[in-house]
Amino acid sequence: MQALANLGGRLLSALVLIGCVIVFNFLLINIAPGDPATVIAGEMGGASEQVLAEIRAAYGLDQPMLVRLGTYVMRIATGDLGYSYYYNDPVADLILSRLGPTLLLLITGLGIAIVLGVWLGVLSALRPDSPFSHLVTVFSLIGYSAPVFWTGLLLIILFGSAWPIFPIGGIRDVTQSGGPLFHVFDVAHHLVLPALTLGAVYTAQYARLCRASMLEVLKSDYVRTARAKGLRTSVIVGKHALRNAILPVVTIIGLQIGQMLSGAVLVETVFNWPGLGTLAFESVLRRDYPTLLGILVCSTVLVVIVNMLTELAYRLIDPRIRAAGGAG
Amino acid sequence: MTKSREPGTIRRRELLAGVAAGTLATLAPLRVSFAQEAPRRGGTLVVGHDSLRHLNSAIQTGNSTGVPAAQLFAGLVEIDGDFNAQPYLADSWTIADDGLSATFHLVEGATFHDGAPITSEDVAFSIATVKANSPLGPTMYGSVTTVETPDPQTVVIRMSHPVPFLLQALAPALTPIIPKHIFGGDGDIKVNPANSAPVGSGPFKFVEWEKGQHIILERNENFFRKDLPHLDRIIFLTFDDATKRRLAITNGTAHYTAFSGIKFADIAKLQEDPGLVVTTEGYAALGPTNFIEFNVRRPPLDDVRVRRAVAHAVDREFITQELHHGVSTPLEGPFHHANKYFASDSLMRYDYDLDKANALLDEAGLAPDADGIRARFTLDVPTFHPDSMRTVAEYLRPQLRKIGIEIEVRISPDYATWGSRVGQWDFDITMNGTWNNPDPVIGVNRSFLCDSPRKGVLFSNMGGYCNPAVDDLLNKAATELDETERHRLYAELQALVTADVPLVWTNEEPYMTIYRGDAVQNPPLGIWGAMGPMDRVWLAE
Repeated sequence: MQALANLGGRLLSALVLIGCVIVFNFLLINIAPGDPATVIAGEMGGASEQVLAEIRAAYGLDQPMLVRLGTYVMRIATGDLGYSYYYNDPVADLILSRLGPTLLLLITGLGIAIVLGVWLGVLSALRPDSPFSHLVTVFSLIGYSAPVFWTGLLLIILFGSAWPIFPIGGIRDVTQSGGPLFHVFDVAHHLVLPALTLGAVYTAQYARLCRASMLEVLKSDYVRTARAKGLRTSVIVGKHALRNAILPVVTIIGLQIGQMLSGAVLVETVFNWPGLGTLAFESVLRRDYPTLLGILVCSTVLVVIVNMLTELAYRLIDPRIRAAGGAG
Repeated sequence: MTKSREPGTIRRRELLAGVAAGTLATLAPLRVSFAQEAPRRGGTLVVGHDSLRHLNSAIQTGNSTGVPAAQLFAGLVEIDGDFNAQPYLADSWTIADDGLSATFHLVEGATFHDGAPITSEDVAFSIATVKANSPLGPTMYGSVTTVETPDPQTVVIRMSHPVPFLLQALAPALTPIIPKHIFGGDGDIKVNPANSAPVGSGPFKFVEWEKGQHIILERNENFFRKDLPHLDRIIFLTFDDATKRRLAITNGTAHYTAFSGIKFADIAKLQEDPGLVVTTEGYAALGPTNFIEFNVRRPPLDDVRVRRAVAHAVDREFITQELHHGVSTPLEGPFHHANKYFASDSLMRYDYDLDKANALLDEAGLAPDADGIRARFTLDVPTFHPDSMRTVAEYLRPQLRKIGIEIEVRISPDYATWGSRVGQWDFDITMNGTWNNPDPVIGVNRSFLCDSPRKGVLFSNMGGYCNPAVDDLLNKAATELDETERHRLYAELQALVTADVPLVWTNEEPYMTIYRGDAVQNPPLGIWGAMGPMDRVWLAE
């Protein structure tokens, strides 16, 4: 019963949060100098007064800001994200068409980061003074400090030009055609560099985190007990230690999903990946308010959902939380 | 990004004798020439291009839309290398002696991509659409009173006064022929879904567009020019980033790119690549000019001596040779050298001479203060043509300090920021650029006419320059049908505005066309370049 009430409260606060995000972002973007009509006219090479007035009228930009905010909030409440000034498409369609590639990139990047990060972290924790462990530390430091767009450009120059084995941008090669299998391979081929770029930062972080927490856990009494029982190292590490050591990593992953979305903006832009990040970047430059706001609403919802999922994952990994939740 | 457009965001140029001979010789080494070989049918041309809003060039001008749109839509006429009109959708025409009417006869059997015949109604509709929606519409067709359609093959355009540039305006880049039955419905044409998936009249048909990724066009089997186009498909791949566009052309991902936006510093490296042709040809109709624009409403910039002092303090040789790596061409007046009205001998020239500049400022009464400063100005910098604009802006700060003018450089983070500042006339000096366009009435008048400035409207004499004698010349030339007289009027104009220097011209923007010479044959290098039809382009095996 209380769990249900908890859930209700959480949903309510999520809704309030999303509402605030909408209003705040709307005001923020409207404070920025220039409007979509300026940009559209700019791409036309200038415009007459009449053309500008018509563009503004066509998109309701001639209304006062508060009226537009009101209209916008009412529309969103009915699930209508509006119409893109720049692309002349419904925002919902634009976002839906970009969501898939972004999720693919995020999940692959995250997958690389988790698998590689945890693996490196554990290995270096097992032999904390080995050269390998120091190498991991150095790698983590570099990976964590290098900006993603720099890593991305470096990879493009290395593997797109110097040794051109990967495409430099986009999600598929439209000059080639083939069956579904070709398509899958083609997308995967295009995914390698962006996913590695996005994954690199987080691999470094997770490796550091996992190494530290693993070192701590390995010193604990129950691990000593397990060793005393004569269990194999692989069992001790895999079954006993890792399960505890990975909790901080899971927490961080949950917290970082929002941050990863913003990382995706940079990675997508660098690689011309047709995701929400590129769309967001273009919308800012073009003052395409409805599209940008639509993306912000969607990413807010996404972050809220992921946070809930993180909590769920916690319960699955750590029986203590499960028990506490059940008792409460 | 935000790409060009006027200068909206992009970059390049063309050449003639004299001015640019040196630059040009190195820039346009047309290494491969298979002109006599028979064109091959088939193949897919891959073009590196910008992202864009939509494909309807009747309501969205600028090169981003213009390049693919010129493949989708035909025009009544095509313009040749000498700025003369040649038959396209119209196979013949006559212009009345009084210049008040023009009659066009359409080719027989021309159809839109959906099979509907192209009729005079569509032409009338297209002209009306351009007049109402294109930023150039009022200038080009303001004097058109009616467009009559006596029969499906005949169009009669009637005008309230002679329009010497009518044929220039009817090129596909400026007036694409769009289908009335698709775009002529009740709704606002600006939000017509067909803008993103048009039914066209040109050599290539729309297939698909993934926004921000690629556009695919395929051969129009029923194109009214027999046996054309040569290519099966054209694919436009989106590369907004200069580095990626360079990589795409060097690693073979793309065959061809126009308005390349590739960094000046990288151009030399591309010229060393034996597989590539790098040229500034293909932009004569646009005539991109860059300049420093003064807000002459603000003293002391209203004093011509102050403006002349700045003109004397700018070393164009240094700008084009050093800052622009020898890629751009010096500009000393309102006309691009490839424009047919360019009058080199009429220009008042300002040699690089700091003593003259200082003397002029003394004369203007701007005495240096204790720090040696005579005047302080802000200098705004737009986002387009960054290699031209930003380098010159950064150069001007120490340079103008030498004559006691302190500059605060304001580099705008995006186009809209610059546009709103300058559009509201809230600036002292700004870097800027405009296109000449094929006729001065279409591209040059707006920078000088007294009644041109409108708040919020860019590229419209934002500095507030006004000289009734200049207005008089421009207005006379706008309706003058005699070419010799027009040349005389525009020569006089060039003398007047270079004497007044409301703008200090710096350089022609070097738009670049880059293509793989062994593959791309007969590339579009005419005055409209990539903004003209690519029906005669073919790919060698």
